[in-house]
Amino acid sequence: MAENAVSDLKSLPLAALHAALGARMVPFAGYAMPIQYNGEFGGIIAEHLWTRRHAGLFDVSHMGQLLVDGDGAAAWLETLAPGDFLGLMPHRVRYSLLLADDGGVLDDLMVTNTGRSLYLVVNGATKAGDIAHMQARLPAGLSLHHMADHALLALQGPDAVAVMSRFDLVAETADQPAFADLKFMTGARYHWNGVLLGITRSGYTGEDGYEISVPAAHAQALAAALLAHAEVKPIGLGARDSLRLEAGLPLYGHDLDPGITPVEADLSFAISKRRKTEGGFPGADRILDQLFNGAARKRVGLAIEGRMPAREGATVWVGDRQVGVLTSGGFAPSLNVPIAMAYVAASHAEDGTALEIDVRGKRIAAKVVPMPFKQKNYVREGVKP
Amino acid sequence: MSRLFTQDHEWIDVDGDVATVGITDYAQGQLGDVVFVELPDGGRTVSKGGEAAVVESVKAASDVYAPVSGTVTESNPALTDDPSLVNSAPEAEGWFFKLTLSDASELDGLMDRAAYDAFVAGL
Repeated sequence: MAENAVSDLKSLPLAALHAALGARMVPFAGYAMPIQYNGEFGGIIAEHLWTRRHAGLFDVSHMGQLLVDGDGAAAWLETLAPGDFLGLMPHRVRYSLLLADDGGVLDDLMVTNTGRSLYLVVNGATKAGDIAHMQARLPAGLSLHHMADHALLALQGPDAVAVMSRFDLVAETADQPAFADLKFMTGARYHWNGVLLGITRSGYTGEDGYEISVPAAHAQALAAALLAHAEVKPIGLGARDSLRLEAGLPLYGHDLDPGITPVEADLSFAISKRRKTEGGFPGADRILDQLFNGAARKRVGLAIEGRMPAREGATVWVGDRQVGVLTSGGFAPSLNVPIAMAYVAASHAEDGTALEIDVRGKRIAAKVVPMPFKQKNYVREGVKP
Repeated sequence: MSRLFTQDHEWIDVDGDVATVGITDYAQGQLGDVVFVELPDGGRTVSKGGEAAVVESVKAASDVYAPVSGTVTESNPALTDDPSLVNSAPEAEGWFFKLTLSDASELDGLMDRAAYDAFVAGL
């Protein structure tokens, strides 16, 4: 069981709603968070499958919402992360990585150009460190604001669009896209019942959907309005983890940490084309060397033979030689098999490579497979179905 | 003889010198969806409080301890095909293994149903 009593933890704006919904609360990132819900539709497998088939409502208010304002905000962020933020058009969202000076990953984050500010969403467990890191490097003329008075909800799944379309959402200003025009990885601000919501069409489950920033005082009303639709059920962190694992998405603190570079993490797509040429981000020499000459190890997906799950920390072997270690592992409810992510030596990272995993002294057969394990269901702009 | 319980949420039914072991309804509720159970092979000796099986939920692996010492005679083949029996029938079809007791006096420290229910209510 967890070491910290839930009563010692900070609570989030939706704590009362979680209690009313029969959530089992656990410590996560210093907060009491719902791991799963009780009842007919509750439990990690049921919640996972509901999200893949309908729409799941996630409370991710532990995550840090930050605003960077001032002239030169995009150029400044390019000194901390390898994305092309100068080229990030208004209302576009980009996945990026906050990098240490040696190129290690301090955090992964979403960056939205709101047209006036850069809006960042960072991980809950790392947000205090991220804020300190950014504040220490913030030049005169730029401001960094932590939106601690806002909750963050995610509505994920194939029915998310239909549900949100029933809400009366009016763009904050005429130059912002109408809600119906939001495609994946875009976002804007909308008035709903007199409340200003920041909505991006994004998420971390491999499904289409939205993340919704809402003033904490209105979070309960918004969550209740979403849950009033038959397609929407509350989903806990347990299913969030199994959903993102199936989607091949790394979880910070497990699959990413300061000892890992973006290339090793197989996140080279987050190094924008212009930045690959120009560099100028932390650890650029090391990262670009790995990008062009290869890294010694790589994050890969593993398909596991049989039914026994292998967990984070399990070692990966070829004969008597250890070639890697699992950083995430569990059961994939949509695939009905165990799956894992591991860092393995580049010499054993090719798709189809046969490996063995040590689970409690037993060797189980595994194979390197492409990720995502489960095909993503994003609706991208300009991509014909 | 009636069912006895441990503080680690195993149950044990004793019939002569043969006992059947499983985990309680409370335990399965705490674990959540069970996706795999690693069971001891017949002939394996287990000691009271020692690891005897592993139950895997979606999120994590948890040890199941032997309520008493003995020698495993068989494990439940139904759990290999359908691990979710641990969730749906933890104190019936979802039993884990049977063993022959090596020291029946080890039963003395276990709880009866009323004591176990009171123990769970205090958690």
